[in-house]
Amino acid sequence: MTRENNKILMTGNEAIAEGALQSGCNFYAGYPITPQNELTAYMARRMPERKGVFIQAESELAAINMVFGAAASGARAMTSSSSPGISLKQEGISYIAGAELPAVIVNVMRGGPGLGNIWPSQSDYFQATRSGGHGDYHTIVLAPACVQEAYEMMPLAFSLADKYRIPSMILSDGMLGQMMEPILAYRSDKRYAISDKLKWWALTGCKGRKPNIVKSFYLREGDLETFNLKLQKKYTQIREKEQRYESVSLEDAQIILVAYGSMARIAKNVVYDLRKKGKKIGLIRPITLWPFPKKAFTSHLSPKIRYLVIEMSYGQMLEDVRLAVNGKVKVGFLGRAGGGIPTEKEIVKSLSSL
Amino acid sequence: MEKIFSHPKSLRSISTHYCAGCGHGIAARLIAEVVDELKIREKVIGVAPVGCAVVAYDYWDFDCSEAAHGRALAVATGIKRVRPDNIVFTYQGDGDLAAIGTAETIHAANRGENLTVIFINNAIYGMTGGQMAPTTLLGQRTATTPHGREAKIQGYPLKISEMLALLAGVCFIERTSLSSPQEIMKTKKAIKQAFQNQIEKKGFSLVEVLSPCPTYWDLSPVKSLEWIRDTMAKEFPLGRIK
Repeated sequence: MTRENNKILMTGNEAIAEGALQSGCNFYAGYPITPQNELTAYMARRMPERKGVFIQAESELAAINMVFGAAASGARAMTSSSSPGISLKQEGISYIAGAELPAVIVNVMRGGPGLGNIWPSQSDYFQATRSGGHGDYHTIVLAPACVQEAYEMMPLAFSLADKYRIPSMILSDGMLGQMMEPILAYRSDKRYAISDKLKWWALTGCKGRKPNIVKSFYLREGDLETFNLKLQKKYTQIREKEQRYESVSLEDAQIILVAYGSMARIAKNVVYDLRKKGKKIGLIRPITLWPFPKKAFTSHLSPKIRYLVIEMSYGQMLEDVRLAVNGKVKVGFLGRAGGGIPTEKEIVKSLSSL
Repeated sequence: MEKIFSHPKSLRSISTHYCAGCGHGIAARLIAEVVDELKIREKVIGVAPVGCAVVAYDYWDFDCSEAAHGRALAVATGIKRVRPDNIVFTYQGDGDLAAIGTAETIHAANRGENLTVIFINNAIYGMTGGQMAPTTLLGQRTATTPHGREAKIQGYPLKISEMLALLAGVCFIERTSLSSPQEIMKTKKAIKQAFQNQIEKKGFSLVEVLSPCPTYWDLSPVKSLEWIRDTMAKEFPLGRIK
């Protein structure tokens, strides 16, 4: 692993694209939608230089199904979109989960429901963490909070997808997507490389082996239940091993803020400011939204502690926090959506009502 | 003595789930024979989407992928672009290719994807119980046109092969049928040509096969073949379209 000395100024969308390319992503299919267009344009420019495949598909449906085909052939395949487009991709994501294919899906969230607007939002939390399509399945959901993290999360997203043969989703938002920050870029991060030999199930032509079939259809009685139990076993393993979070000043904290993605940066500023004023306040920032990092909460369940969940949505992650603390502590909530972003002032004001 | 007829290597030795007199078993076998004859079994990848087509991967003995309803040509595009040296084909019904998957069909053809498409047109939705297909004939009774398809209500049988022939990216389109041994031989020849075109990197090739569905046409297997000849082929003329 070598680290470039020079910092590069990039938007979050571009950093995700560059991070994907550095992870060995060799197939991208997408369809235009704001606020993620920089990502698609970056892929259109850079993918051919790396002899990878870029396709502007005729629809989100086609894009996710092209990713299905590419992933089935053993490629490191990816697509990206924003909320309404991600809704369209849900059928394909369910099939990818059902066929146990590795793929990465990026959602640069905007306001909803319906056409909504193009402002930042976190309103797709339920869709991302509760299997947005049909059937009992999960995707691993990773939420970056800054451009550097968005870049570094891509090799992780691909390697988790490969390791568990599962779709992983990057849950970004319009603020992070459009924001420019200097990043330190790694070149060809080999930590997360995977040998093609491990993809024994891929469609390559049946030379020298029995034919492979990629499918999610189990017609005989009992077969689908057996397959579902296999998936559940995998999900249990992921819940145990892959919870990720950042904790800030939790040691003596009497008030703990919980926020993810762009929202967590604003919450973190509140923690720093109030700590200077002597207030015992901390932050839990979930990095994996599924599996939800319940472990972050286990040592902080004293009845004296008060929680405040802050979202750019109306009480979606709040449900997971309540499940994590299981009634042992009080959990307050502050949320705005449709382009509204809770401010530091509003957060401080909410603390007084806890 | 030379053996001139045997079970294709690319076809597993199991019985199919298809109804008596269905054309799918014949079409699946023709594909297996062509794959054997072109010696491409070890590099062919089939894509079978939702519909009666979907379980074809249980009968072929080579690599296959399932696809969601209508998405076969998007899945096939992904496979072929990643593995241009493999031979990739789709096996789609009329509902899949010409209703729910119309956009994927037209755009894969228009991009000139170097793919082979075997399009089974039986003018009906078989797997779901005989509903109206985009290719259902005027007057044809189905579960969702109990009094027969009426142009002013349900529109006309969709001639997607003729539509696709207008696209510059398309290399080859032929319509054949399974109504007699002679027509079956012509179908095999067209399928072979469609695969040969891909091997020679000529671009998008499609064979539309008029195929019997006695169960949902409410006809005997023999009458079904006559219906293809006397009625269906009048709406969907056989022969080379492009």
